[in-house]
Amino acid sequence: MNAPTYNFAYLDEQTKRMIRRAILKAIAIPGYQVPFASREMPMPYGWGTGGVQVTAAILGPQDVLKVIDQGSDDTTNAISIRKFFAKTAGVATTTSTEDATVIQTRHRIPEAPLHGGQVLVYQVPIPEPLRFLEPRETETRRMHALGEYGLMHVKLYEDIARFGHIATSYAYPVKVNARYVMDPSPTPKFDNPKMDDCPALQLFGAGREKRIYAIPPHTRVTSLDFEDHPFTRYRFDAPCALCGADDSFLDEIVTDDKGGRMFVCSDTDYCEGRQAHGHRGTESAAPHKETAHGRG
Amino acid sequence: MAEAETAMQDNDGPLLTAEGLGKNYGRLAACRDVSFVLYPGEVLAIVGESGSGKSTLLQLLSAQLAASAGRVSYRMRDGVMRDLAALGEAERRFLFRTDWGFVHQDPALGLRMAVSAGANVGERLMAVGWNHYGRIRDTASSWLERVEIDTARIDDAPRTYSGGMRQRLQIARNLVTEPRLVFMDEPTGGLDLSVQARLLDLMRNLVSELGLAAIVVTHDLAVARLLSHRVMVMKGGRVIETGLTDQVLDDPHEPYTQLLVSSILPA
Repeated sequence: MNAPTYNFAYLDEQTKRMIRRAILKAIAIPGYQVPFASREMPMPYGWGTGGVQVTAAILGPQDVLKVIDQGSDDTTNAISIRKFFAKTAGVATTTSTEDATVIQTRHRIPEAPLHGGQVLVYQVPIPEPLRFLEPRETETRRMHALGEYGLMHVKLYEDIARFGHIATSYAYPVKVNARYVMDPSPTPKFDNPKMDDCPALQLFGAGREKRIYAIPPHTRVTSLDFEDHPFTRYRFDAPCALCGADDSFLDEIVTDDKGGRMFVCSDTDYCEGRQAHGHRGTESAAPHKETAHGRG
Repeated sequence: MAEAETAMQDNDGPLLTAEGLGKNYGRLAACRDVSFVLYPGEVLAIVGESGSGKSTLLQLLSAQLAASAGRVSYRMRDGVMRDLAALGEAERRFLFRTDWGFVHQDPALGLRMAVSAGANVGERLMAVGWNHYGRIRDTASSWLERVEIDTARIDDAPRTYSGGMRQRLQIARNLVTEPRLVFMDEPTGGLDLSVQARLLDLMRNLVSELGLAAIVVTHDLAVARLLSHRVMVMKGGRVIETGLTDQVLDDPHEPYTQLLVSSILPA
């Protein structure tokens, strides 16, 4: 059901063509940040204006859209973007990773493996991985052009010197296709290995910074590290309190002011799917009885 | 590295040559018709008062500025003389962070002030592909020792360092890739006398130990006397006198050089 005053998926056709050209270039040069004429969107910068524009440009009437925010389908940001496209494009929406053809995400990659034909659209706040080390854009672009990435290791060196290990836990820099160093947006480094050789197309949109970059399907993505301090994933050492999963990325939820906490899957679709299949964690409610947290 | 050394020893040719070098800013000629030859292991001081074109010349020689006239050639590690203007940007930048060093007067320009000393020294190593934290750190701390910085301060940022320490750290950062040529722009400027003396002593030792060639720009004739083998005196963008350091400083021919030498305050 299209809202009558908007073009399909909100943006006008010329804008979508412009964004698609940028996306095609980004796919042709994996990891390279392609500038594009980012538009004003009916939401503030930082709420996913880049991701929304990429989604608007690639969405077709047959697509099924899923939107997640920190892994969750039911937070304000996820719901409002999903409703935005349901209204302006009339596309079907879903919370199921398996059924979606386009998944817009903020800061997570779904736990369920992606498959060919799917597109994962990331919302990116700061696309430049070298930004906090080198403030000059002219210089960082030159460094990318010449492949001078010694500075990226300076950041990792500083981590080890200060904390004894690579303490960067999100926005962990990766090298794409053995060429460009890329910021994977603030996804936890737990998700980095999922980007490697992924069968789905991964697109990254930064609205305020006006950049689009991409990882085509089945592209080599390696996390930067040192030989004697190799890349490691990080995960809280606990099973999910609701579904008992011990392989998913967990959120820590404070339950009272006495130090009580529980760990639950950040990917709500994955967690609910497991519960529907009968998996139970320590805190999950018995089917017909509500119990309060922490009191068994 | 070993190959480069043998190439250097086999070949007594010049390391860097400047021919008819000039730079104009509109009608102003900042630097005119400068020619000289620098050999491996030689330290050349460029002296003159401020505005005489010293710093412009240094930037021309280090390929940071494009010359209006003339050319600079450099013998690469493979022994081939190359015109610097004909090098691609990637090659020039690579040269700059491997085979060359550049010590700025203001250490804030040559260091990353917010990053630890160890990472400052290690950056050049990481830029040429070192990928082992332990080895990078060991090399960094051995260089800190060589420039007389307490290795306990390896994880402190240079903004917590004193002026003299910053300057020594800058030297360590430049020398860690074992360059063959170091450019120095007023390396002792702004430091008090005792710190200057210590820094000069350190630089003299390092230069002779490593067999570095260096081009030192200074207005301080004492620096020239202590460090350099040869001196070039500049005035109004021209080289007016050149020769061995003791010869020029003890027996200056040009009136301007005589003036410079006689204006040193007696210690």
